[in-house]
Amino acid sequence: MAIEDDVLVIGGGLAGATAALAAADRDVCVRLVTFKQSTLRHASGLIDVLGYASGVNGPLVDPFDAIADLPDSHPYRRVGEETIRDALAFFDRIAGPAYEGGHTDTNALVPTHGGTVKPTARYPASTAAGLASDPRDMLLVGFETLADFDAPLAAAHLDAAGVPFEARGVTLSFPGIRRDDAKITRYSNLLDREETVETGTGSATAREALAEAIRPHLADESRVGFPAILGDEHADEVRADLAAAIGADVFEVPMGPPSLPGMRLDDLLYAALEDASVRVTAGVPVIDYQTNGTGADRIDRVIVDRNGTEIPHRAEQYVLATGGLVGKGIRSDRSVESGSRDDDVRTDGVEPADAGGSAATERSGVVFEPIFDCYVPHAPDRYDWFVDDAFGEHPYARFGLPADRELRPLDADDEPEFENLRAAGAVLGGYDYAAEKSGAGVSLATGYAAGRRAGDEVGYRP
Amino acid sequence: MSDAERPTDDHVPGSDDFEPIQVFPEAEDMDLRPGADNCYKCSTCDTNCPVAEVDDEFPGPKFQGPEQWRLKRQEDHDIDSSVMKCSNCMRCDGACPSEVPLSQMHNAARGEYVDEHMDTFSREYVRNRILANYRRLAPLGAAFPRTANFVMGLSVTKWMGEKLLGITGEREFPEFATQTFREWWAERGGAQVRNENKRIAYFHGCYSNYNTPQVAKALVRVYERFGYEIMVPEQSCSGTPMFANGMLDDARRAAETNVRELGAAIEDGADVIASCSSCSMSLRQEYPELFDFDDTETVAENTWDAIEYLRVHEDLEAALEGTSVDGERYAYHAPCHSRNQGLDGQTVELMALIDGVDAEDVGDSCSGISGTYGWKAENYETSMKIGEEMFEHMDAADATTGLTECPTCSMQMEHGTGYEITHTLEVLEDALVGTKE
Repeated sequence: MAIEDDVLVIGGGLAGATAALAAADRDVCVRLVTFKQSTLRHASGLIDVLGYASGVNGPLVDPFDAIADLPDSHPYRRVGEETIRDALAFFDRIAGPAYEGGHTDTNALVPTHGGTVKPTARYPASTAAGLASDPRDMLLVGFETLADFDAPLAAAHLDAAGVPFEARGVTLSFPGIRRDDAKITRYSNLLDREETVETGTGSATAREALAEAIRPHLADESRVGFPAILGDEHADEVRADLAAAIGADVFEVPMGPPSLPGMRLDDLLYAALEDASVRVTAGVPVIDYQTNGTGADRIDRVIVDRNGTEIPHRAEQYVLATGGLVGKGIRSDRSVESGSRDDDVRTDGVEPADAGGSAATERSGVVFEPIFDCYVPHAPDRYDWFVDDAFGEHPYARFGLPADRELRPLDADDEPEFENLRAAGAVLGGYDYAAEKSGAGVSLATGYAAGRRAGDEVGYRP
Repeated sequence: MSDAERPTDDHVPGSDDFEPIQVFPEAEDMDLRPGADNCYKCSTCDTNCPVAEVDDEFPGPKFQGPEQWRLKRQEDHDIDSSVMKCSNCMRCDGACPSEVPLSQMHNAARGEYVDEHMDTFSREYVRNRILANYRRLAPLGAAFPRTANFVMGLSVTKWMGEKLLGITGEREFPEFATQTFREWWAERGGAQVRNENKRIAYFHGCYSNYNTPQVAKALVRVYERFGYEIMVPEQSCSGTPMFANGMLDDARRAAETNVRELGAAIEDGADVIASCSSCSMSLRQEYPELFDFDDTETVAENTWDAIEYLRVHEDLEAALEGTSVDGERYAYHAPCHSRNQGLDGQTVELMALIDGVDAEDVGDSCSGISGTYGWKAENYETSMKIGEEMFEHMDAADATTGLTECPTCSMQMEHGTGYEITHTLEVLEDALVGTKE
């Protein structure tokens, strides 16, 4: 017996969750298996489609204007503009009032914790009052114990960037936080739970104490920006209470990792998965797969490792959304191991596949995809993986799987690796999300396309 | 030899020949260097720590694990006493995107702290030793269950516990059953089914033996319905409360017994089945991380969660289709130790198949009790603050009964909400066999 589903999605980040939701939309039984918590928890929580393009100076006004000029291998060109739009609409339906920006194709400009301005297609409601296109003056508030956000410095950077308003920064101490190394979840929990905290003049609830600390510093600014720590489960309520108590709009400035807006997006997606009856198996890796002897290009089952116990999972269609170099869906070794993989999995007459070891092999080279051993194009000499210019076009940033228009990973001969495997998100190659600001958009578009296709294929055998 | 000459490769799960490490006599022998090197400081673990969320005096798992390990390389640094504030929920393990063995590092640090910096005559040490070794005291209570329950329930006993030992007086001690599971097992003449092709060795742990034998009996009846021959080998505590209290000597003794007895059962063709999520966690993950007896790996690889085993080896879903029980609405809490084994979704999936049962997941927060942690007077408040989110979600759920697989989570659920709490196996027994006690 294996654990059976129609569609199995491997990977639980933005691409995997979107793929699972899109497949579930087709009324089939979907399971998502995810090993560790996803890199969404490092992410800003912004949904970028395309912020910058090669050869264009400055941020793109309309990302859709630049898609046709992307190279043919770019995931956006694989799925096409219409799919990107459908995926954004799909996201808008899932996110509801938690995200804004769907009213226009034009990129919004969101101030970041470094005082830069980021072009993005959708942004959390908590950042909405902080947009750089809004001419209202802003006060930025930082805290001594949160070194990641230097409010006066961020304000000076914004001014230098030529924003159409005055920005001013102050640094305060956060009521109720005693230690320099308190975690961001401690701040959000204090505010979420309305804990009683000691202030200089007695005690107050956390939100009131925070507003009290800010009021004397507010001049005539009509909006106040905070590092993104304003609550977790009750973030909307925290912001509304603070705004009422301060007498100004309140917004969050996206931060680096670990990032509450990223964690809230993660929670939002997992709540949607639960509503869609997607089964989620978390905390365990997929380590291997088997084909059924006859058609070796069809995955029969995958093996999930549960603390050393091997659990077979079967599905008709598979989506690989394990992430890129950071998410560890693409890995590297320093040298190629010769010899084949261990074939110690044997069940009811199913032939173990003869490729796809979980370390670099002669076949895959030193940059490899560890579960299915899909082909990852890369130069054999690691000195060819980067260029000298730190902000130049680095080959390693584009490492990942090449795919056909259905997002099936392709082998070195441009043939699909498996007929029932599709890839989505950062495990795909051919784009540099950090330089382009396209990470979330590619995950959404390819996750949506791969998941929908997988759902449609269930029950269909060529 | 420099690192450049001897690089450590990117580690891929499932591909390595893991070398278990013996903790004793010197926890220092453990080479945790690769683990520390794998940490790229993203702090995802810190955002998952239930203690750090309610107490900024706790520096969090990133410090307790890789950073403290690195500091320790300098001779003049001792293990920080804050390691005792870690509740051993192990959520950081499931969080880490870079395979840092956080809980293993915490276990090693805690063991060293208790060994080198804790006075064995101190109240704290004595109290922790008593809590960690519940298995040793339980037989006394079980011998005179009614007397024990009466005495343990007295307010004077609680007052004494708090004053003398630092065991919180806020909680109700769990009641001892009037007949232990093993007594019942002997009385019924052991296994009722013989089947040399389908054999399991039941690791019942302490709690379902002394306190909730109905859970253990449910397992027996459900497995016999599927035609399994059940063995109930000699066994000791799984060691979970001992790891959590840094009592690694005690844990080692218990593990030695368990690995020997369970190893012998595996030799006889059985798979090991646990009904408590912390027991299966311990046998599967902590044993190979901390001990290297013969058969440690074999036991880890052949140990299963009771429900997961039936899903893989039987068509449990088909068996449950069309069954029905008297209407019951459950608020389900997945224990941290189920979550870490990838088992947190299965209960709600299965309950959906039984007519008349509705199980609502109350979210991914920690219950806050973490075994012996929430029993300590100094942790009681933290424990209840951590549990607040779960209590709120249970209250908001359209349910009257709680459901979970972990003994101490069930104590906390009951303590915080007043709900009756049941175990998933009892619901399966009701649906499949119809003999729920």
